[in-house]
Amino acid sequence: MKLAPRFAVLLATAAVVAGCAPQTSDNSASDKDETSGTLRVWLFQEVGNDPKAKVVDSVVTAFEKAHKGTKVDVEYIPIDTRAQRVKAAFNDPKSAPDVMEYGNTDTAGYVHDGGLLDVTKEFGAWSEAKDTDPTAKQSVTVDGKQYGSPFYVGVRALYYRTDVFKDLGLQPPKTMAELASTARKIHMAKSDLYGLVVGGAYTYGAMPFVWANGGELATAKDGTYTSAIDGAAAQKGIKAYTSLFTSDNCPAAKCAVMGGNDTITAFAAGKAGMAIGGDFSHSAVEAGKVKGKYAVVPLPGVASGSVAPAFAGGNNIGVLKSTSHRTLAVDLMEQLTSKATQASMFDAMGFLPTFTDVRDAAAAKVPFEKPFVETLAAGTKFVPASPGWSEIDSSLVLPTMLQEVISGKKSVAAASKDAAKKMNDAFSSAG
Amino acid sequence: MRVRRGRSRSSPRPLGSWTTPWIYLAPALVVLGGLLVYPIYQLGLISFFQYTQAQVSGGEPTTFKGFGNYAELFSDSQFWQVLLSTVLFAGACVVSTLAVGCALAVLLTRVRAVPRLVLMLAALGAWATPAVTGSTVWLLLFDPDFGPVNRVLGLGDHSWTYGRLSAFFLVLLEVVWCSFPFVMVTVYAGIRAVPSEVLEAAALDGASQWRIWRSILTPMLRPILTVVTIQSVIWDFKVFTQIYVMTNGGGIAGQNLVLNVYAYQQAFASSKYSLGSAIGVVMLLMLLAVTLVYLRLLRRQGEEL
Repeated sequence: MKLAPRFAVLLATAAVVAGCAPQTSDNSASDKDETSGTLRVWLFQEVGNDPKAKVVDSVVTAFEKAHKGTKVDVEYIPIDTRAQRVKAAFNDPKSAPDVMEYGNTDTAGYVHDGGLLDVTKEFGAWSEAKDTDPTAKQSVTVDGKQYGSPFYVGVRALYYRTDVFKDLGLQPPKTMAELASTARKIHMAKSDLYGLVVGGAYTYGAMPFVWANGGELATAKDGTYTSAIDGAAAQKGIKAYTSLFTSDNCPAAKCAVMGGNDTITAFAAGKAGMAIGGDFSHSAVEAGKVKGKYAVVPLPGVASGSVAPAFAGGNNIGVLKSTSHRTLAVDLMEQLTSKATQASMFDAMGFLPTFTDVRDAAAAKVPFEKPFVETLAAGTKFVPASPGWSEIDSSLVLPTMLQEVISGKKSVAAASKDAAKKMNDAFSSAG
Repeated sequence: MRVRRGRSRSSPRPLGSWTTPWIYLAPALVVLGGLLVYPIYQLGLISFFQYTQAQVSGGEPTTFKGFGNYAELFSDSQFWQVLLSTVLFAGACVVSTLAVGCALAVLLTRVRAVPRLVLMLAALGAWATPAVTGSTVWLLLFDPDFGPVNRVLGLGDHSWTYGRLSAFFLVLLEVVWCSFPFVMVTVYAGIRAVPSEVLEAAALDGASQWRIWRSILTPMLRPILTVVTIQSVIWDFKVFTQIYVMTNGGGIAGQNLVLNVYAYQQAFASSKYSLGSAIGVVMLLMLLAVTLVYLRLLRRQGEEL
């Protein structure tokens, strides 16, 4: 009983503190659906943005003509600061756009934050949507509902130096084991080149090794995810990737810190025999020293002639929940991601279309895209559609795991077990 | 009216004498309250809630967690590891900064005008350099491929940021470089204020430079050294930019994380604002405790700051 007064004070304090909760924004869906006015659109500012802007402008002009009294205001936002911009938009619906482009790994996180509008009905009723590549569709889907429309896909494949391969009498590797041995042969013969340049912070370069060995990032059961990164097959993949960080290929002291862009920069500067790069890395490599001295093949899998499953990256276009022009915004989203737009966007920027038929037609025109389309056709993988993934990604769970193994701080088993624990925490805390 | 007058005569203006200082202090207090107390209040408040991006943007309701965030923090082994390395790293930085700063301050009093000016300018230059620029330049100096340091020392392509201790050492060098000028200038001003007769007398008695420093300057400069030490402890404990830039956000597998960078990653990179706030509150309490203990010790020795 003596404790009672103290307990009461505690309770009262708790009540007072709870009474003055920190600020939250009222981001409930707007019930307004105005049929005229200004639509604000945020798209990513690409390196060399003009061709993209040209395609967008023509879509916008047609849209404004079709809908009397509407004006579309397009703003290109820098990719580096997009996270802050999007957070700000969610926090202050008044300054938010109606339609925006976003990275497809952010889908689940943005939905969890309450920012994106559920467009399942419209997406289902849209005649073009049936040709959407299943992995691309998966990237706009959370809990069976669609929150946007795929804009383009990006996959990674194996870039290699044709001149170096010719010098040394090498053939593009057919299996993952061959990939490693070819890499070592290159570094042995030319010590100033990394064999296959790899990065300890290059998650999407490492994942194909896990997937090719039959491993998974996580498995879904009843809508909740459980990490599988410490499974036997996944560990085999991690081992295969991290064993490339040795003095006979890519020394750990230099390569452990590298991210995806660093590896592409090294390859473009002529410092590597091979690299894992995306179709979107094309212009960066073209601008480097190795222009005209490289070719691309799909990243080989474990069995001869197979393709390692690649991560299906890319961007989507979605409508914000706070929009006051629901119908118009959804219509604009469809126009911006339509077959016609994607086809001209491919011609302008080289963005791979998300519609299988449009993509095949595009690849037939441009031989460079062939290995990437082959990789897509062989089946791609996507990250878990859980809001926990944003947290796993931003708190660097997988790079930390890779770097722990590479620097010899932990064994593959211990590092992957720790990573799995962190992933499960993120999955469960994010719900 | 008469009663009031009578009372005011017996105890002259009791209300006025109590309120006058507060009226003078009010503008400063309002500014301090707005700029310091309110943010700290918000920090403390947020640390008791489940408050992530989903709550901020209204996707999920804000829920009261009590000490849940603190419990989560204290049960995280990485937090304790980061705390330990922060304390050790800050300690090493404070000691090195004070040693370098004081040594150069004494040197300043012993050299002629021109070298003194040069040293002063060099120190002020280091002081004026923004932390991001300084860190980038140091990183470039020690770059494995293009850095002049490796070339001069003949280290080939040795990577300074790969090993845990060598990365911390590199950051320590930068921290000392950009924070010793404050110590040096302050201590130099202090030494200048010491009566020259005392120093002359010591020199005539044959005291060495070290002996003069230990037996005469240190006791006389104690208030200044106290301020400088507390400042350095607070600065070095909160070091962020140097670690963030030089070790690329905390080093390989997070081996070079310090508390402030860890808090940033939790709060902003992972959008767990409430957990980040809890780390902030813990840091605030620790620094307050350090400062209070230090002041208390000084008081017991019979000195006032």
